[in-house]
Amino acid sequence: MKRVAALVAALALIGVATWLVLPSAPQVRGQDQVISVVDGPADDQQVRLDSTFFPPAGGGRAPVVLLAHGFGGSKQSVRQQATRLAQDGYAVLTWSARGFGRSTGEIALNSPDYEVKDVKQLIDWVAKRPEVRLDAAGDPRVGIVGGSYGGAIALMTAAFDQRVDAIVPQITWADLADALFPDDAVQAPASAAGGSTGTGLGHPETGVFKRMWSGIFFGRGLSLDGFAQQGQSQGDQGQGDQGQRGQGEDGRGEGGQGRGQAAAPMSPQEARCGRFLPAICDIYQQVAKDGRATPEAIALLRASSPIAVAGRIKAPTLLLQGQRDSLFPLSHADANAKAIAAAGTPVSLAWFDGGHDGGNGEADWLHEQTSAWLARYLKGEGSAQAAPPVSAFTVTRDGGRDPGTRQRIRLHPEASSYPGLGGTGTTTVQLGGPEQSIVNPPGGAPASISTVPGVGALLGGQNGGVSLDMPGQSAAFESRPLTAPLQLTGSATAQVRVSGKGEATLFAKVYDVSEGSQLPVLPGGLVAPFRVTIPDGAGSVVATVTLPAVDHGFAAGHRLRLVVTTTDMGFATPAEPATYQVSLAAPGLTVPTVPALTAAPAGIAWWVWAMPLAAVVLAAVLLATGRASSLVPSGARPRGRARPADLHADLPVDLPVDLPADDRPAAVAPAPDVDDGDGGRRPVPLEIKGLTKAYRNGEPAVDGLSFRVEQGQVLGLLGPNGAGKTTTMRMMMGLIRPDGGEIRIFGEPVTPGAPVLSRLGSFVEGPGFLPHLSGRDNIELYWAATGRPPADAHFEEALEIAGLGKALKRAVRTYSQGMRQRLAIAQAMLGLPDLLVLDEPTNGLDPPQIREMREVLKRYAREGRTVIVSSHLLAEVEQTCSHVVVMHRGRLVSAGPVSRLLTSATPANGHGPRLEDVFLDLIGDKR
Amino acid sequence: MTAAPGYAPRRTLPLRVEIVRQFKRRRTIAMFGLLLALPWVLVIAFQFGPQSSDQGPSLRISDLATQSGLNFAAFALSVSANFLLVVAVALFCGDTVSSEANWSSLRYLLAAPIPRDRLLRQKLIVALGYSAAAVICLPLMALLAGTLAFGWNDIQVPVTGEIIPALDILPRFGIVIGYALVSQLVVAALAFLLSTVTDSPLGAVGGAVGLWIVSTILQAVEALGALREFLPTFWNAAWLDALAPELDWSGMVKGASISITYAAVLIAVAFRRFRRKDVVS
Repeated sequence: MKRVAALVAALALIGVATWLVLPSAPQVRGQDQVISVVDGPADDQQVRLDSTFFPPAGGGRAPVVLLAHGFGGSKQSVRQQATRLAQDGYAVLTWSARGFGRSTGEIALNSPDYEVKDVKQLIDWVAKRPEVRLDAAGDPRVGIVGGSYGGAIALMTAAFDQRVDAIVPQITWADLADALFPDDAVQAPASAAGGSTGTGLGHPETGVFKRMWSGIFFGRGLSLDGFAQQGQSQGDQGQGDQGQRGQGEDGRGEGGQGRGQAAAPMSPQEARCGRFLPAICDIYQQVAKDGRATPEAIALLRASSPIAVAGRIKAPTLLLQGQRDSLFPLSHADANAKAIAAAGTPVSLAWFDGGHDGGNGEADWLHEQTSAWLARYLKGEGSAQAAPPVSAFTVTRDGGRDPGTRQRIRLHPEASSYPGLGGTGTTTVQLGGPEQSIVNPPGGAPASISTVPGVGALLGGQNGGVSLDMPGQSAAFESRPLTAPLQLTGSATAQVRVSGKGEATLFAKVYDVSEGSQLPVLPGGLVAPFRVTIPDGAGSVVATVTLPAVDHGFAAGHRLRLVVTTTDMGFATPAEPATYQVSLAAPGLTVPTVPALTAAPAGIAWWVWAMPLAAVVLAAVLLATGRASSLVPSGARPRGRARPADLHADLPVDLPVDLPADDRPAAVAPAPDVDDGDGGRRPVPLEIKGLTKAYRNGEPAVDGLSFRVEQGQVLGLLGPNGAGKTTTMRMMMGLIRPDGGEIRIFGEPVTPGAPVLSRLGSFVEGPGFLPHLSGRDNIELYWAATGRPPADAHFEEALEIAGLGKALKRAVRTYSQGMRQRLAIAQAMLGLPDLLVLDEPTNGLDPPQIREMREVLKRYAREGRTVIVSSHLLAEVEQTCSHVVVMHRGRLVSAGPVSRLLTSATPANGHGPRLEDVFLDLIGDKR
Repeated sequence: MTAAPGYAPRRTLPLRVEIVRQFKRRRTIAMFGLLLALPWVLVIAFQFGPQSSDQGPSLRISDLATQSGLNFAAFALSVSANFLLVVAVALFCGDTVSSEANWSSLRYLLAAPIPRDRLLRQKLIVALGYSAAAVICLPLMALLAGTLAFGWNDIQVPVTGEIIPALDILPRFGIVIGYALVSQLVVAALAFLLSTVTDSPLGAVGGAVGLWIVSTILQAVEALGALREFLPTFWNAAWLDALAPELDWSGMVKGASISITYAAVLIAVAFRRFRRKDVVS
């Protein structure tokens, strides 16, 4: 019990200590500010930016982080993130960008003339704050973090303001023109128009209009101030905060205020353009109607694109891009990374499970990465070492399910350099399939579905959600089942031949097709739109299609299926009906791979093999050390109250008979000096020397006991309750280890399981049988357990003593106490042991049986064996035993033949001496 | 002459004798009866229950149970592995020494004398044998009952719903049973240790099951993070990986590693304690 209590106390202590040691997050309080800035191409437009400044939680001067919100959000939608950063020890400034929230001005799409100028003035503002650490006068130690629209402003500002020290743009664009007008194919032999822009992205002049996303994007700018705010919280999740649940609530609060003021009717211009800059609004109206990018539109969008100015960025950049993002796919982070790295600026990339189309969002992991990046480049010095390094390239992968909780787990394999979308190696997967005819339906409907922009997160399952190809509109080319797993990391490329007339708008995608009932999976829900122009008279054209960048593992046995469709719900497609024939120009699908990434998470944790080995070693040590101590002769080291020097003093000083040492045949005498190896003599059946055993509480149960039993004796072991008789018998059986002294049976020291115990028959403290077995089975199985030959058992003789008759066939649980007692004595006599030890054998027996037992024991001893009987029935002992040993409080009080014991006593009141009187006299309990 | 003629420590308590001693016990027979009857009870329950067919493909393991004998066996194993088999194993291993102490027969076996290490070894072997038989007989009987009731069809994987040919999955089923055996080793070792510590069979069996439940509860505490991986119950359901379309060993290897680690130490402690123990029952 003490140990249990100690364990509980220790656990409680650990719990309390953990509670105390674990830091609780410090409180952070934001200060609302309205900061006036001046911007515009001519620096003549006054804008009031609604902002909140969070001083660092630790106090003092700290680096400052500008935290930008996503499109359609406001400073409220990043409040939680701001608090978290402030708790990490940064000063944080959040603001609503011009045209959003309560800030004034119009949306200019992160234009260098507008938003970038605003943020530069915000940096001027924070440089004046006493909480902000400065690199130089007017130059604060500043980082910019933001997602989507906020990510683009981070990149743009870093390009135009060299004071920026680190940026973490998330799910943002490199080229807004390409994002809205992607064209992912290069037409051979001569490209139709424009050609490559050299940015690594497509050529928006021929790009396919990303209709639904553009509509949502523009619509969100429209709806900010006036009507229908329902999409707001959804928008915040998708755009501003990458699915940090609950943040939409903040945005909705802001929107609610806008709604409250929405009673005023809007002018036609407001209804048309909302808070967009009229120039942007006009261009949007134009391209949305035509579904074609005009040169003006491209110029305007390019002005707001980091790709054009990324070479100027000197601030170390961590690009976090979502794998589930059909608005700003991974290729945009790729383009940014390449452009920034080309200028020699440190860049790291992570493809996480999230994006504008949903996914997990990985808010915590993104925060970790962001913190590590900021710690390294803003806090510097010691913090850089403390923070985990951010790898050049990290990809989030599905790690299966946690075996304990059955929850999805994500792995983050890393690579020390960014390989680009082409991978560090390529595998060519052979596709097959005949030329197929596909039609563009009139009006472009019904359209195939790859991702439903904006609601992908709601519909999407783990692997890309709904994807549907309309029959007749799609051509499929399939590989054979993969013989080995294939991990695609980057953009696969394929060559297709398109036959028909005029211009064809097509969409290419690669499915992961498994055998069986599962639907094909479209990784990331992503599709590559492309437009080809079939020259007159040529009849066909070959296009090299760059498929969407994804990280996807194709399992062995799965197939890759390249599908080319004429429609996609997210894009503007021609209304004219048309028919094309699509075939493979080259059978190979080039699949980029990055083997360095796969190596990281693989391998078995070291403890998997180390722990069992260590356990086996520990087990061996436990057993080996346990064995060593158990083999020490039990009498070798007396301890506790055993005092070897006292052994003689402990001898029965009040021994009534002075026994000569050589009076062997009749004597039961303390014989500490007798050598058991005495030449030629048969070993003494039982010899006990200085035997000591203490109870757990230290009180001695047996204290320096010594006596000897000779062959042929029936020895009565006498003593009041608690005298130590049973303890002594248990030590004879090797059940209890003595604290000191030793017991020898036939000259052999008794240890647990000592072979010499096979010559000992015992019945101590009641019978012990398997209650479900019959008496006979019990006896036979017991003998079988000794491993000795059945012929040696003498079953019939033993069972005759038990006298159970037919009852032997009944289960022992039906037996009376006396029956069990007799059966137990029979068991003790199995094999006719040379030394028989019986503890209270007559308990529960009736007088005739007692009498019979007496005769049995006497006869047994006469046959040259030895019997030890403990009893408290003194008359019984007197009649049965030849010798007695009297114990009291664990010590020997007297020993000797019964006759001598009796004669030594003074006859009392005329009768001959009775054992009872002698006994009571000896134990000093005379009445 | 140190020992009685014919006595040899190596011949004491033969396995055959211990098997007979344990087999005739009511709890042994009752437990096996329960394990063998459970699949049939489940079959009957599925026959009586409202048919939820044609309600769209819901792919929980219980919904798939009636699709084939193999599915049914997987289902039977999944519902019993967490508790019933734990109790069965704890019963066979926790009861073996403590019940002897409880009947007082332990001291006569030790005085026979059966060396203590040998007594424990023989009892452990027999108890593990009975435990293994229990763990094996349930899924096999479920396989038989399921095949008779629902036919020998291909297996449909829970959660993903993929179809795997029945013959392909049969070796996997062997892996499942093998892993179930290994993962129950912890329970067996824990119960066995408790069995040598206490004289009350109920205490040993209940203690082992109780600690198992505590571990299961701790495992649900996500705050413990990676520490949970070292709980003996954490990898209990890892055998599900063996039925996935792609056999994933990692979870099972970790589970086996943890299981063997705990079992080795616990059994060693049991032997060490029992050697030094004063048998007073």
